[in-house]
Amino acid sequence: MTDVAQKFRSEPFSTTDEGREKFNRLLKRRYAAEARFKMWGIAAVSVAVVFLILLVGSIIYQGSTAFLTTKINLEVALDPAVIDPQGSKDPAVIGAADYNAILRAAMQKRFPEVEGRGPTRQMMGLISSGASYELADMVKADPGLIGQTIKVEVLADDLVDQFRKGFMDRNLPEAERKLNDFQIGIYDKLVADGSLTAALNTELLTGGDSREPESAGLWGAVMGSFFTLVVTIGIAFPLGVMAAIYLEEFAPKNRWTDLIEVNINNLAAVPSIVFGLLGLAVFLNFFGMPRSAPLVGGLVLALQALPIIIIASRAAIKAVPPSIREAAYGMGASKIQTVMHHTLPLSMPGMLTGAILGMAHALGETAPLLMIGMVAFIVDVPGGFASPATVLPVQIYLWADSPERAFVEKTSAAIMVLLVFLTFMNAIAIYLRKKFERKW
Amino acid sequence: MPSYILIATILLLSIIGFYMGRSTALARNGGKTKGLHSLPGYYGYYTALWCALPALLVAGLWLIFENSIIDGMVVAGLPAEITADRVDLFMTDVRNFVANGSISGEVTDTLRAAAARYVSLHDYSGLALAVGALAVGIIGLYFAQSRLTPQLRARPRVERAVMIALMAASTIAVLTTVGIILSLVFESAQFFAKVSITEFLFGIQWSPQTALRADQVGSTGAFGAIPLFTGTLLITLIAMAVAAPIGLMSAIYMSEYADRRVRSVLKPVLEILAGIPTVVYGFFAALTVAPFVRQLGQAAGLDVASESALAAGVVMGVMIIPFVSSLSDDVMTAVPQAMRDGSYGLGATKSETIKRVIIPAALPGIVGALMLAISRAIGETMIVVMAAGLSANLTANPFEAVTTVTVQIATLLVGDQEFDSPKTLATFALGLVLFVVTLCLNIVALRIVRKYREQYE
Repeated sequence: MTDVAQKFRSEPFSTTDEGREKFNRLLKRRYAAEARFKMWGIAAVSVAVVFLILLVGSIIYQGSTAFLTTKINLEVALDPAVIDPQGSKDPAVIGAADYNAILRAAMQKRFPEVEGRGPTRQMMGLISSGASYELADMVKADPGLIGQTIKVEVLADDLVDQFRKGFMDRNLPEAERKLNDFQIGIYDKLVADGSLTAALNTELLTGGDSREPESAGLWGAVMGSFFTLVVTIGIAFPLGVMAAIYLEEFAPKNRWTDLIEVNINNLAAVPSIVFGLLGLAVFLNFFGMPRSAPLVGGLVLALQALPIIIIASRAAIKAVPPSIREAAYGMGASKIQTVMHHTLPLSMPGMLTGAILGMAHALGETAPLLMIGMVAFIVDVPGGFASPATVLPVQIYLWADSPERAFVEKTSAAIMVLLVFLTFMNAIAIYLRKKFERKW
Repeated sequence: MPSYILIATILLLSIIGFYMGRSTALARNGGKTKGLHSLPGYYGYYTALWCALPALLVAGLWLIFENSIIDGMVVAGLPAEITADRVDLFMTDVRNFVANGSISGEVTDTLRAAAARYVSLHDYSGLALAVGALAVGIIGLYFAQSRLTPQLRARPRVERAVMIALMAASTIAVLTTVGIILSLVFESAQFFAKVSITEFLFGIQWSPQTALRADQVGSTGAFGAIPLFTGTLLITLIAMAVAAPIGLMSAIYMSEYADRRVRSVLKPVLEILAGIPTVVYGFFAALTVAPFVRQLGQAAGLDVASESALAAGVVMGVMIIPFVSSLSDDVMTAVPQAMRDGSYGLGATKSETIKRVIIPAALPGIVGALMLAISRAIGETMIVVMAAGLSANLTANPFEAVTTVTVQIATLLVGDQEFDSPKTLATFALGLVLFVVTLCLNIVALRIVRKYREQYE
């Protein structure tokens, strides 16, 4: 007789009223415990969901303002005496002219009451230091403008932008404000006559990085991410698929393949920063590859993505039923022909899905790229695989570290851009999976 | 010629080789497919491989050794005034001069001459490489062409080459591990030549910033890693205190209670948490959670550091929730239905079945999942870099700032590095510790999970 049966025998089922009541009480308690347990489960899931909502919500809340920027409308007299005194029409001369002086003249004309060096400098502080370059580019593109008085929209300084968006309290004591009373006075005048406008922040998506928050853009980082991922997928996908084919279709079951298998599983769980150390020691120090280059970043991420792609590809190959292979063998195909003509094409959608997910993972990776110098401050948009570059997540890290208030919204906006890319990649993966999913 | 154009040319040559090989084999068989040992395409592949592989091999070896050979030749041509101990510095100057046209120091005639020699050697080398590699490719092509007969066993030969390539690809993972181990051990050995292992593993003071001048106070730096280990442990503990209960309960709810529709919504939502880049969590931790924790602490009359271990730990915990939940979900669904049915048959409620039958049965798998989660928490970098502190405090107080192994690796290696200072080398020793610890956790956890799976299969 088993223990359980013994237990039940010692407490026989009671049919008395007292016994039934005891039983009902017990049952009630057990059902209450049941409901409590289920509630804990719901609570746990809710905590995770609420956290996700908080995370995404706070980023959208903080970042949405970054897509608008503040511009100041100015009437600028493009004085030939300043820009091109000799009338040479040489782009080098035109480009090197003192456009700050022109902007200063325009502002002084606009506010004749401002006199003296100090107040003028404070007034000019409202305009972005990138504005003179903007003007230079405009004149270089159309030298016919020289001598005319044109209306331009110049970028306002990030402090003005933050002030307009309400992130700075004008009621604070002057010493605690980054804009002083005099500057706010000019600001109010600009607002009053409508020359301060909000414009779409095209610079954010098309520009390179900058120390000035108002002219810092993401395009350099986006291109850097693009080059890096091209290298990553170019290396990791073929190698991963080949390794998966070998392990799944050809490898004999022995110690060596066991070792490879254990290795791949472990490699998938090695901290990403260790891959950064590997890249630093091997690619940079041993092979002497260039620092900060998408080539090296791509190599490091490829090694990191390899196990993910191998595991996904093996699952895809495993899903192809043996009958396909047997039919091919029956027709006289060799093993490699069977793989190349049947197994591989049939498992390709699954492999691609895995590869895209691996790439999405690589796109968000930051730590190993810090190790190989992709954190450098780079203004130029990278033009190739060997030119210094940074990537989106590292750009986020860099901006998050910047002290200016304006970089907070920039960082959030950059995160939104990154999340859009990630969502897009995951959507493709899901679409592929849905479209090519096959029930054998 | 830039190397990618060279590679493209070689590949183009091998494509030509493919068509040449195919038509030659057919022509030598009188234009018929019948009688050829292999399909005509295989003769094409055979020729293409003979064309591309030797040429690529030559190009690859050349590119690997080019720099050191040219450096050696430039060094050999230097006048005697550049003594052996100055050669490295001088060569760096030469490279910078060639790359940027200027160097920080004075441009001497010797430098100019060496730079000119360097440039001309590189030009020659590039030319020789292009000519050499293409010549090897063409020779390979003609060699293969001359061997093409209808009897040539082209398919087995091509397939053998493919097999070798497949095998080589499968060893990359092993090579990566070997590379990691070698680079970590090699650099760590250099570190341990300067700082003793016992000081590193058991010292309780960590201040790696060495002074610039020898007579400065504290110029030796202190490399006792205990504060880093305890800091890592503290943050990991906080993270697991968040992730383990929430992850487990979510897994239980989703695998046992939620019906299919709810599950199909909740599972992807949790996976989104896993897909968010860690840098985003770091930003959220530093900007939203840390100030919130600080305010909360102040309201409760506690002194909370602005970079408290608590904020970083909690956010990290949230990050690994999906990790815990999906793994334990897997192991719980693997528990055979018969065991559930048996429990229900005895009159147990659902929660009693879960607590008394499913969790004990799935326990090894759950432990494995938690160990993998711990290993992930230990190795996590960006959240702690952005939200945890830099100062190595030896404390168990979650409201204080602590630093972790990964934070130190990341911050010590960002910026200028000199590869003989203990400060830089220390990061590799830390990396080695990190690698060994996570590897042990992973191996044990994977073994537990695997064994557990076999038990019910």
